[in-house]
Amino acid sequence: MEFTKPHIEYAQLWPVLVVFGVACIGVLVEAFLPRERRYVTQVGLAVLGLVVALGGTIGVGVHLDALKGGARGLIGAEGALAVDGPSVYLWGLVLICAIGGVLLFAERRVEGGVTVFAGQAAALPGTTAEREASTRGLEHTEVYPLVLFAVGGMMLFPAANDLIMLFVALEVLSLPLYLLCGLARRRRLLSQEAALKYFLLGAFSSAFFLYGLALVYGYAGTMEFAGIAAAVQGGASNHSLLLIGVGMMSVGLFFKVGAVPFHAWTPDVYQGAPTAVTAFMSAATKIAAFGAFLRLFYVAFGADRWSWLPMMWAVAILTMVVGAVLAVVQTDVKRMLAYSSIAHTGFLLTGMLGVQSAGDLGKGEISSLEAVLFYLTTYGLAIVGAFAVVSLVRDSGGETGRFGAWAGLGRRAPLTAGVFAFFLLSMAGIPLTAGFIGKWAVFSVALSAGAWPVVVVAIASSIVAVFFYVRFILLMFFTDAEPQGAAAVTAASPLTTGVIAVTAVATLVLGVVPGPVLDLVQHAGSFIR
Amino acid sequence: MTLTILCALPLVGALVTALTPVGGGRPKQIALAFALLTLVEGIIVAIRFNTGDSGFQLTEDVTWIKAFGAHYALGVDGLGLLMVLLTVALVPIVLVAAWRDTNRSSFFAWALALEGFALVVFTATDVLLFYVVFEATLIPAYFLIGAHGSIRGGSAGRSWAALKFLMYQLGGGLVLLAGVIALYVESAKSSSGPSYLITDLQKLDLSTDVERWIFVAFFVAFMVKAPLFPLHTWLADTTEMASPGTSVLLVCILDKIGTFGMLRFCLGLFPDASQWATPVVITLALISIVYGAFLAIGQDDLLRLVGLTSLSHFGFITLGIFAFTTQGGSGAILYMVNHGVATAGLFLAVGFLLRRHGTVLISELRGQERATPVLAGIFLVAGLATLGLPGLSQFVSEILVLISAFDYHWWVGAVAVTGIVLAAVYVLWAYQRVFTGPGGDASIAPGEIPAVRDLDRREIGVLAPLVVGLLLFGFVPGPLLDLANPTISSLMKHAGVSDNAPVVAGGK
Repeated sequence: MEFTKPHIEYAQLWPVLVVFGVACIGVLVEAFLPRERRYVTQVGLAVLGLVVALGGTIGVGVHLDALKGGARGLIGAEGALAVDGPSVYLWGLVLICAIGGVLLFAERRVEGGVTVFAGQAAALPGTTAEREASTRGLEHTEVYPLVLFAVGGMMLFPAANDLIMLFVALEVLSLPLYLLCGLARRRRLLSQEAALKYFLLGAFSSAFFLYGLALVYGYAGTMEFAGIAAAVQGGASNHSLLLIGVGMMSVGLFFKVGAVPFHAWTPDVYQGAPTAVTAFMSAATKIAAFGAFLRLFYVAFGADRWSWLPMMWAVAILTMVVGAVLAVVQTDVKRMLAYSSIAHTGFLLTGMLGVQSAGDLGKGEISSLEAVLFYLTTYGLAIVGAFAVVSLVRDSGGETGRFGAWAGLGRRAPLTAGVFAFFLLSMAGIPLTAGFIGKWAVFSVALSAGAWPVVVVAIASSIVAVFFYVRFILLMFFTDAEPQGAAAVTAASPLTTGVIAVTAVATLVLGVVPGPVLDLVQHAGSFIR
Repeated sequence: MTLTILCALPLVGALVTALTPVGGGRPKQIALAFALLTLVEGIIVAIRFNTGDSGFQLTEDVTWIKAFGAHYALGVDGLGLLMVLLTVALVPIVLVAAWRDTNRSSFFAWALALEGFALVVFTATDVLLFYVVFEATLIPAYFLIGAHGSIRGGSAGRSWAALKFLMYQLGGGLVLLAGVIALYVESAKSSSGPSYLITDLQKLDLSTDVERWIFVAFFVAFMVKAPLFPLHTWLADTTEMASPGTSVLLVCILDKIGTFGMLRFCLGLFPDASQWATPVVITLALISIVYGAFLAIGQDDLLRLVGLTSLSHFGFITLGIFAFTTQGGSGAILYMVNHGVATAGLFLAVGFLLRRHGTVLISELRGQERATPVLAGIFLVAGLATLGLPGLSQFVSEILVLISAFDYHWWVGAVAVTGIVLAAVYVLWAYQRVFTGPGGDASIAPGEIPAVRDLDRREIGVLAPLVVGLLLFGFVPGPLLDLANPTISSLMKHAGVSDNAPVVAGGK
């Protein structure tokens, strides 16, 4: 048997390879560098790697070749990866969120000189080993290579152009996240419980995904999206095989994006994980997973959309309603944000319903893909910023999300509370914030595709969502502080404040002049087929 | 650029005021200076305006979001100009009225921000721009209510009122969003691509069903804003808890957006659907007129009372708009201006009463006429204007609306007329209980200085322009009609109605 060397398009794929490469170097640093020098080295390496990858992504994006049919780019790595406009845009988005995430990981001032990660994860909570680790001021610097591996997976996920790559990318992005969730320095049991829950449910949903993948392969006889699309278009035999396959694959993807009824992990994990990790993963995972979701369903299963659209309708409606309604009864900030992020998944799915063939779109009308990409941008920025603020609000026992502790924060720290309120308003979709433009975009594409019942539900759940966001602003600004246990804002290093400032400014700019980013999204074109 | 400067001045002022330190920085003076500058700019706009022309004037148009077909487009017609003038005139008055109420600069900053957004609302000629600022006005309003309530009542009641206000408004706003998005979807189907400019949307050929649904979305939002029965329940709670100055901004300026939107968008963009909905709308308007008046009669709190009179008045305005005659429409526009002036007078007078007694419960006040004759007199004048006494401004607009109501159907007119009778009851009965009769300072021996002092010069200075306005527009409504008529005529032409515009006899 002859072995031919696979052809890899290094010129287009190098940003991904840089991320993985730096992650591997990070592992070596752990092994060979003395402990006291690891923090600076790892943080520097991670940030440098991500920035270089971001620069590379921009470079790749600029030089993508335009193709027929509104797409640009190429299919590389022997058909396994599609480097097209949407992929590159999502790479950029994931990298930006990752840079923000790493900067939050590196924050040491709020926790009194150490990072928010456990001193020694292997030490059981409450043991002498743990106390010893904490008195010696140990830190886990493995988190930086871990996050880089996750970022690499997140870049592969939306670019995956065949089923195997899709699954591999899913696992590569998930496994480091499971670990990161369990590494909180405080409330370790809660954190470990979150990690275990996330891992078990994630593994379970991966199994569904894999089973569905096998069924789809059985139907189409090929792993490549283009081949599957051809089989679907040709109406190959045994349609039920395809339907079951699509259904099971969606279970896996619905789990990743946190759609009802596969959302149950979200609040527990968002609450238990270190807030910096929550900030990173709530944004980046959703961005990557929606990218993959869109490519799989638009490119591979697009021709059969009348079969899967009803399912999407139902899930979108359920997700918005459940997310918004359950968020109302939360009494913890992180859980409220978790349920609100479920509701946002519903809004994103609403945008996904807006899929139409290019011929049905009016001249200059925005497409469903553009709307979802823009929404992901606005959501990612706001949620990273919001969790970054959450990480600063602390009482004597460390970070606190209890509503009572946040009461009257607007009087004690008007600037921080004001910025948080601004993020909430963006998530609520109030005009002059990025969230409004995003919401407008996804609703309009759904309405244009005739999904008006979903849009009606979306409007109704937006009203519910507005209620809990506004009530929280009320709590911060117009409620008197509790006599005991009121939280205060801890002074943070420029790492966290920088992240908050940049995301807040970006949220404002995208709300007032969204034109350039919308043009960019439009310029990214459609998926390569 | 004139209009951009007009809208930007108060927004810049808000920013400067917010950033000025309270101690020594004189944020109040800065805020007032910006409000006065805006007033001057508003007068400049009025001077440059050509009354004969019915289209938008002083227009500006810059592409804002190309993908959405949205433009930063401003322009004024007669209706817009009247609303702009009302806004720029009332805001300085409110600022001076609130001079002693608070030392926090945030009230003045938020008030200016509200003015800036409201001015964009009244001058926007692009639906998306309108929507964006329509919603943006709520944020300053929310903080004005929540953080700067009237001097009584705990923060709990205030924050509840702020929440209720915001939920109603944002809920209405989201319904409007559905309509705005549907307009985009429809306009994207046209050959020229999506556009949100009013002039482009008017050319759009909407199918009957679509036009009706979009109309409903717009109307519901404006119904919350205006407010009309049955979406009015936020009104009284808000005016009770907000400071009187805030109430003026909310009821006299912000609520006008509701009726302004009905004219500009419901009639302007969906004339057929508006005519289709007329029976329902007129019924709701009549219910608002009568029910609002009865509610006002039953109130013990003067601030609630004044708030609820507005429900009745907004019923009149809506009735005038949807009677689909030029008289009704012009009457409605006049009504919007006159109601703004009269209600501002009432709110501020009640506010001064509140400062003196710490309460405005009718049951706890009596015989104030003797202690504060000037205040009583001004309250009476504003009240008489509210009930439509001939010679005061509201009479002219009320009579125009009533004529058009009788034209529409005799029973509509008959029901509407009861609103005037009831208005006499709530105004005069409240005046009688609060200001006349024994009590007040009767217990104070002659020669002693009364504990309650009458209006000082600042307070008289605040109320005087309003009283002058009431008298002036009562006797000389001509200039207002000249501004209102072209707008209404072109709207009626668009809707396919032809009749004669009301004119002031013997003017020239």
